[in-house]
Amino acid sequence: MSPTRERTLLPTDEPLSLLDKDGSPVAGSPLVMPDDDVLLELHRRMVVGRRFDTQATALTRQGRLAVYPSSRGQEACEVGSVLALRPADWLFPTYRDTVALVTRGVDPAEALTLLQGDWHSGYDPCAHRVGPQCTPLATNTLHAVGFAHAARLKGEDTSVLVLLGDGATSEGDTHEALNFAGVWRAPVVFLVQNNGYAISVPMSKQNAAPSLAHKGIGYGVPSVLVDGNDVAAVYAVVREALESGGPTLIEARTYRIEAHTNADDATRYRTPDEVAAWLDRDPVDRIEAYLTSRGLLDAARRSAVAAEAEEFAARVRAELNADRPRDPAALFEHVYATPTAQLREQAAALAEELA
Amino acid sequence: MSGVPVSMAGALNRALADALADDPAVLVFGEDVGPLGGVFRVTDGLAARFGEARVFDTPLAESGIVGTAIGMAMNGLRPVVEMQFDAFAYPAFEQITSHLAKMRNRTRGRVSLPVVIRVPYGGGIGGVEHHCDSSEAYYAHTPGLTVVTPGTPDDAYHLLRASIASPDPVIFLEPKRRYWTKGELSDVAVPMDRAVVRRPGADVTLIAYGPLMATALETAEAAVEEGWEVEVVDLRSLSPFDDATVCASVRRTGRAVVVHEASGFGGYGAEVVARVTERCFHHLHAPVLRVTGFDVPYPPPKLEEHHLPGVDRILDAIARLQWDDEVVGCRGA
Repeated sequence: MSPTRERTLLPTDEPLSLLDKDGSPVAGSPLVMPDDDVLLELHRRMVVGRRFDTQATALTRQGRLAVYPSSRGQEACEVGSVLALRPADWLFPTYRDTVALVTRGVDPAEALTLLQGDWHSGYDPCAHRVGPQCTPLATNTLHAVGFAHAARLKGEDTSVLVLLGDGATSEGDTHEALNFAGVWRAPVVFLVQNNGYAISVPMSKQNAAPSLAHKGIGYGVPSVLVDGNDVAAVYAVVREALESGGPTLIEARTYRIEAHTNADDATRYRTPDEVAAWLDRDPVDRIEAYLTSRGLLDAARRSAVAAEAEEFAARVRAELNADRPRDPAALFEHVYATPTAQLREQAAALAEELA
Repeated sequence: MSGVPVSMAGALNRALADALADDPAVLVFGEDVGPLGGVFRVTDGLAARFGEARVFDTPLAESGIVGTAIGMAMNGLRPVVEMQFDAFAYPAFEQITSHLAKMRNRTRGRVSLPVVIRVPYGGGIGGVEHHCDSSEAYYAHTPGLTVVTPGTPDDAYHLLRASIASPDPVIFLEPKRRYWTKGELSDVAVPMDRAVVRRPGADVTLIAYGPLMATALETAEAAVEEGWEVEVVDLRSLSPFDDATVCASVRRTGRAVVVHEASGFGGYGAEVVARVTERCFHHLHAPVLRVTGFDVPYPPPKLEEHHLPGVDRILDAIARLQWDDEVVGCRGA
């Protein structure tokens, strides 16, 4: 067993990390540093993800998106965890995890379908092995456990990663999911992105345990506390958890730089000093500093990655600025496999109304 | 099938066993459904026959049962879960309404959830609170769910087989006070969207389902003495609703009474009355009446007999349908 799993169920007092806030390697870390090519890929995806996030935020201001919950500042969690997945694994994301979706390969316009005010899941979950983004908190944790248990029953080598936030750890479903996962030894990884606030409610009003990772102990689920702004560390713990064959609860300490959504005023519940302190621990800067010091990231690669990010953002802009026709008849599709007589009547009535 | 009468619980047990035998993707799980065989023994012997990987007890957590069933169905299995008692299903309500019912729609048909939720429901067994609710209106109100309830052992068998085979989630409401009612099983499949005329009659249509089917048939028998020929329609499928069968009957009789155990206000019967009135108004000789439980929380067992609609109360409603004495007199003569 590897060093982190040799520990008991208890998480460490301090978050595990591989790189400090300035990008210097942490001495004596029990985590395994990812290979150089993985680190470069983590960096590239974080830069693209951040540019995508700022583009989506801008599109909200322009009225192209109904709402957008930014994950700026949480790129290490979004990208580090998703790149740790193997192709056969599944991801169960929340509404804030659009950067995780595009990192998994979901087309950005399809990933933003819900947030445009269009149909809920614009992407094919089966094609990408990504469940629909969940808006009610914590409900996806149970879907993930059920999916993982089914994989086990079917003899498939599939692990499941479910993303949730700090607020979701207060929901009953999280506790039922951890309990089921513990009892069934389901191959599922719960990654809590603890960004400090559930909309406006701070951690101090959310949780009385020493950490959110401590919540795994009572369910017999091994638990890990990790620095959520250290992408190398997030990748390492998620990869190890996915390969463990059983459940793991990971709390990643991070911070949401933007407000909860564009509709929220974060200045009402947090100070500029607090935000500035977290900006100083930026996850992208950190990996860049490390890769630069190692000679892996030079000016040429840096500008190539930046250009790719711009190109990505331009494509998102173009796709979302195009008005797409919508068919009212689609209202009645996919309610049941075969429409009921009632739905056929209503579809005919609407068609007549529109004729 | 054999001509030996079987109880409704036995019919359900046989349906589960046959489904498990026919399709390796079918799973049965919930609280106490394993070695105990369920508190009503509906799953008796299944764990021993099919093994713990396919028939198993879960932690005691209804949201967990339905939520994990959703994940399993996404991964290609066909879970059949038990909620043990009607009101115990309420903690799972969010998983049922927000996820189970909507997944097909939300994913534009790319993910279907063939999940069956078995809910023993209704009163009449002397149960304490939270054990006797009639929760059908909550489910029937939710688009995406199919809601069925058998009134006979034969329907119980065939409707459960059809529910398990359905590509969509089904709320399967089991009238627990009829678990021990016996009947023969036929080889004829029962469609999941069709009501059936249980007893023909020319004077009034009595619309019932689930636990009150037997009561409706008793009422029809008793009505003969009054000179009334009561046609009894068993809805079987609460959602979708079979307008064709129900309206054809009401147009024949011109009078209708809807009965159910659940509270009347905002209840399922209100939907039936509305549909019948909208479609059959010019055939009606009287308002469509409801006979339902009172608008009270389910009462303690020592008072439930006053709450639950019985033969006399239903006969009273039929009598209130402003009978044309001449017609009644002719028939009685």
